[in-house]
Amino acid sequence: MATLNPQVKAVEYAVRGPIVLKAADIERMLQQGVKQPFSEVIKANIGDAHAMGQQPITFLRQVVALCCFPELLDSPVFPDDAKQRAQRILQDCGGQSLGSYSASQGVQCIRQDIADYISRRDQGVPSDWNNIYLTTGASDGIMSILKLLVSGHGSSRTGVMIPIPQYPLYSAAISELEAVQVNYYLDEANCWALDVEELQRAYLEAKQHCQPRVLCIINPGNPTGQVQSRKCIEEVLHFAYEENLFVMADEVYQDNVYSSDCEFHSFKKILYEMGPEYFNNVELASFHSTSKGYTGECGFRGGYMEILNMDSQVNSQLVKLLSVRLCPPVSGQAAMDVIVNPPEEHEPSYSQFNKEKSSVLDSLAHKARLTEQILNSVPGMKCNPVQGAMYAFPQIFIPPRAIQEAQALSVAPDMLYCLKLLEETGICVVPGSGFGQREGTYHFRMTILPDPEKLKVLLEKVREFHLRFLEEYSHPEPQLNICTETEHRETSKQPN
Amino acid sequence: HRKWSERKVTIFTPMSDQQETGPTMRRLSQLESVVLWNRARQIKRELKQGVKKPYREVIDISWGDPQGGGIKPLSFVRQVLAACHYPQLLNSDKLPEDVRQRAERLLKECAGRSTGSYTATQGIPYIVKGISEFITRRDGGVPSFPNNIYISSGSHAVKTGVLTPVPCYDKVNMSIRELGGVTIPYYLHEDQGWELQIEELNRALESAKGVCNPVALYVMNPGNPTGSLPQRRSSFSWLMRVNDLEFVSYKKVLAEMGPPISETVELASFHSASKGLIGECGLRGGYVELVNVDPAVMEYIYKLFSTDSCASVPGQIALNLMTHPPQPGDPSYSLYNETTLIHNVRRVFEVLNSVPGFSCQPVEGGGFAFPRLHLPLNAIHKAKEAGMQPDEFYCVRLLEESGLLVNPGWNFEQKEGTSHFRMNIMIKEETLEGVLRRLVSFHTKFMKEFS
Repeated sequence: MATLNPQVKAVEYAVRGPIVLKAADIERMLQQGVKQPFSEVIKANIGDAHAMGQQPITFLRQVVALCCFPELLDSPVFPDDAKQRAQRILQDCGGQSLGSYSASQGVQCIRQDIADYISRRDQGVPSDWNNIYLTTGASDGIMSILKLLVSGHGSSRTGVMIPIPQYPLYSAAISELEAVQVNYYLDEANCWALDVEELQRAYLEAKQHCQPRVLCIINPGNPTGQVQSRKCIEEVLHFAYEENLFVMADEVYQDNVYSSDCEFHSFKKILYEMGPEYFNNVELASFHSTSKGYTGECGFRGGYMEILNMDSQVNSQLVKLLSVRLCPPVSGQAAMDVIVNPPEEHEPSYSQFNKEKSSVLDSLAHKARLTEQILNSVPGMKCNPVQGAMYAFPQIFIPPRAIQEAQALSVAPDMLYCLKLLEETGICVVPGSGFGQREGTYHFRMTILPDPEKLKVLLEKVREFHLRFLEEYSHPEPQLNICTETEHRETSKQPN
Repeated sequence: HRKWSERKVTIFTPMSDQQETGPTMRRLSQLESVVLWNRARQIKRELKQGVKKPYREVIDISWGDPQGGGIKPLSFVRQVLAACHYPQLLNSDKLPEDVRQRAERLLKECAGRSTGSYTATQGIPYIVKGISEFITRRDGGVPSFPNNIYISSGSHAVKTGVLTPVPCYDKVNMSIRELGGVTIPYYLHEDQGWELQIEELNRALESAKGVCNPVALYVMNPGNPTGSLPQRRSSFSWLMRVNDLEFVSYKKVLAEMGPPISETVELASFHSASKGLIGECGLRGGYVELVNVDPAVMEYIYKLFSTDSCASVPGQIALNLMTHPPQPGDPSYSLYNETTLIHNVRRVFEVLNSVPGFSCQPVEGGGFAFPRLHLPLNAIHKAKEAGMQPDEFYCVRLLEESGLLVNPGWNFEQKEGTSHFRMNIMIKEETLEGVLRRLVSFHTKFMKEFS
């Protein structure tokens, strides 16, 4: 322990943290036949779609299988459009094989396809494939950019502004890099809106003890699920421009928008629409991934980032940094290519592809509404609308006695809540303390991924548990009663 | 309105202000051999556009990428992967029985029967267990515990010092510096087959005093770029006969040395699906086995790995196929043949050692040859004029005139005043003949020009 890198000691990552380890223990006990008040552990802690029964998109798996084993290109089982894409990808791979290292920025034709996709998505805003980097999941890209940007000592140490609540990769990375974490609070009373005045407050306060340089936004939000309005994004970009901040836009849930009142706008598109003074100056890195959306390909570890306006010398350093890890998994790059280059209307796989895509997204939208509805019907629980992403993040009322008990056990009150939830119902969720929250408030994050029937059962159990929990911890102190009775008996025995 | 990034270029700056000293402690900001890679890219473009050159294509043997060099992947591996990704393939008889069985088994271990699910942080338990069994078998029974194994998708990674060999795979030194650490070079003895000498390790350790806090020793076995296997030493002075070379893991030797050493020396052993018989570089599958690491530290290692979620599932599957290949009697066994690199190794050794200006130590293992160049003084001066290291200058000329791309020894660090280059020998035999032809022809001309 003495020689352990001190930065590692500070790293926490709640999504795979202690509660998940406990859940795994309980699962093992169940397998060994130990009786529990439930028959299975439901892992609603991690955004892992396939694990919860979501089906992979056929076309994507066909293309990847063809890339893995090109002999299949002769098989009548695979449609022509899948074959054509596989051939195109393999053509750009060393030795025409997925098993070759790719350039560290990724396979060229895939980078080009991504640039085309971004341009289409953003209604024509130009995208240069030279600014596109394939990454090992979005996390790898995020980590690399942060590594690049963190420097300085003492009061000039880089400050990284992150939303509270946030996806804990950011706080973990900040810890590991010994950067300064600068919290800006999302407004729970206002559907987790991002208020620029709050950004300014956080910035000014941080300037006293560090040099804030980076502004991280997650849109749609994780764990909060809010989708930023166009106006809000503009204000944020204007703020970044004024204060010379590097903007990191985590947009991995860009395909997960459920509310009909909301629409995904990329930070890049809005920046472009703000005119050349902004578009040519604000430094922006935008991230995407194969793990979310409608494909849910977490295991492939696919992702990309698009970088705008980075100084060319800094860029050379980035290229060098990325080359140390050689290249991202090529299968993941292939998966990313299918996402940005799906079947077109005239192609054979088009109708099935769209059917599958709609089915997944409609189901998610339905489950988002269902979850919000049921959680809001529980007294002592308040859940903001799940506008996008894959999670519900309800606020839970925890009675003072429970808070005291948690303090006595040296755990966060919502961790105590989640542990009890796990032990009594087998449902594994992540306490809000793992994501950050306003002092005195408590939450938990659950995914909306289980199939609708299972989800309903899960939500029912959560409701029942919550009511029990409130009941258990709302009774006045039993000791108090005994004391007064004894006192009474004593005093009544007293002579004269 | 200036970008902040124009105002600062403080990247990879070590935490303290201590200046790096010596040619071997170079800052990461120095871009290595950019001239060579840029020129290679340019030449490839020119060839595509039809520009006439003394060769029709560039042969890139600068990376350790067998499939990039034309070697075909193993069918068994690719069939299993394809079936795992697209299980509909399991319904037909097209794929051999053992492929279908393995794919079924692996899918059973994936959440939701999908390769698209996240896995446990350390890797799919079935695959991790397989790796521990593989290690135990390989090491003649020395036990390996799944809890000490982490599957990874790639590098992860007061002033901490790490002893690293010279020459050394460049990414190692870069990783260490990236983390703010300091590399402490220990020189392998070229004339004795790149031997690792204990006296040299001691000298290196002494040199670190007052400069940094040495906490780790990095060894590569077989070596990259040298291809050397370490001599096995113990108080009984075991000797390896040249023709009877055998890979012995550090872990096995550690176990056989008995307590207290076997219970105290902290060891991390790394392996990968990128090399060996399987050569699946692009899948990014590797593992680390940790021995004698403090349990409290193991907890932190877990946390660190968990922020990356998990290793790429195709990479994990490749590892399983590497640790548990088809057995005699399985339908795919005959196709899973050994790529004999022995021919390539012998050929390189005999050709290069017969040409004046070249000398090459025997390549005992690994995937590369690292021949020494004995360059004439005129060439060294010309290189200096051009602002390049002598071996870099040689490699640029080699590329220009013969279309051969190798990796200059300067990138791997070497004894002051020596020149080398590294070439990938995990290539087809015919390709190697072409490579040696071009190399010898160029070398003869070059030596004549600068004599």
